[in-house]
Amino acid sequence: MPIEVDGQSYETDEEGYLADLNQWRPELATAMADADGAPLTEDHWEVVNFLREYYEEYQIAPAVRVLTKAIGKKLGKEKGNSKYLYELFPYGPAKQACKYAGLPKPTGCV
Amino acid sequence: MEDGDQVIKKFMYMNRKSPYGTIYALESLEVVLIAAAFDQDVSLVFADDGVYQLMKGQNTEEIGMKNFSPTYSALGDYDIKKIYIEKESLEERGLSLDDLQDLKYEDEDDDWAEKDSIHLVSREELAEVIDQQDVVFSF
Repeated sequence: MPIEVDGQSYETDEEGYLADLNQWRPELATAMADADGAPLTEDHWEVVNFLREYYEEYQIAPAVRVLTKAIGKKLGKEKGNSKYLYELFPYGPAKQACKYAGLPKPTGCV
Repeated sequence: MEDGDQVIKKFMYMNRKSPYGTIYALESLEVVLIAAAFDQDVSLVFADDGVYQLMKGQNTEEIGMKNFSPTYSALGDYDIKKIYIEKESLEERGLSLDDLQDLKYEDEDDDWAEKDSIHLVSREELAEVIDQQDVVFSF
């Protein structure tokens, strides 16, 4: 189902992931999170932005284990653990945050 | 599964084809990344035209395929630390390690020191490494 933001329509796949990652804008992440009933905070954005940078560098969305380790290294130990990340993204940090970041579903998420 | 029961097997992924033109290289990479979640002992081999998969400076703009070569440098994040390159395959193609990406991993037990993942091995040495594996996937 396409997402509507500011009168523009964005194609997504059947699970709500953005079809063309080049179309991503921060407003899309905000709209997706609002639709899920959990508006984004600064803490969410840290993870979403991190994922976009990771994708830019490696051309993949990292698996959750890899994400957790990398977040810990970049943002500190108190954030690099699954408890913290699952509190922010209860549907699964890799899956949900990647969706907001406009990335494909992480390889290895079944 | 309980911790004590876990059997760790040695999985090897053989990559023998050039990166584009067929889907083998990309499929192999995806399988490797998925399988990395299962905590097995994983190694990768690049031999024959497979050595081209790790070439530096790939540009796929003209062929309309995604350049997935940057993904190889994420292998270290996935705890894949053993990457064997067959020496003869490089030489037969007029290449050396300098033409390939420099892949590293961070050693958790050594204060996150960066270490080389790439091992240059002769055909004979490679045969021995293959012999030690439990499972070999050929792509």
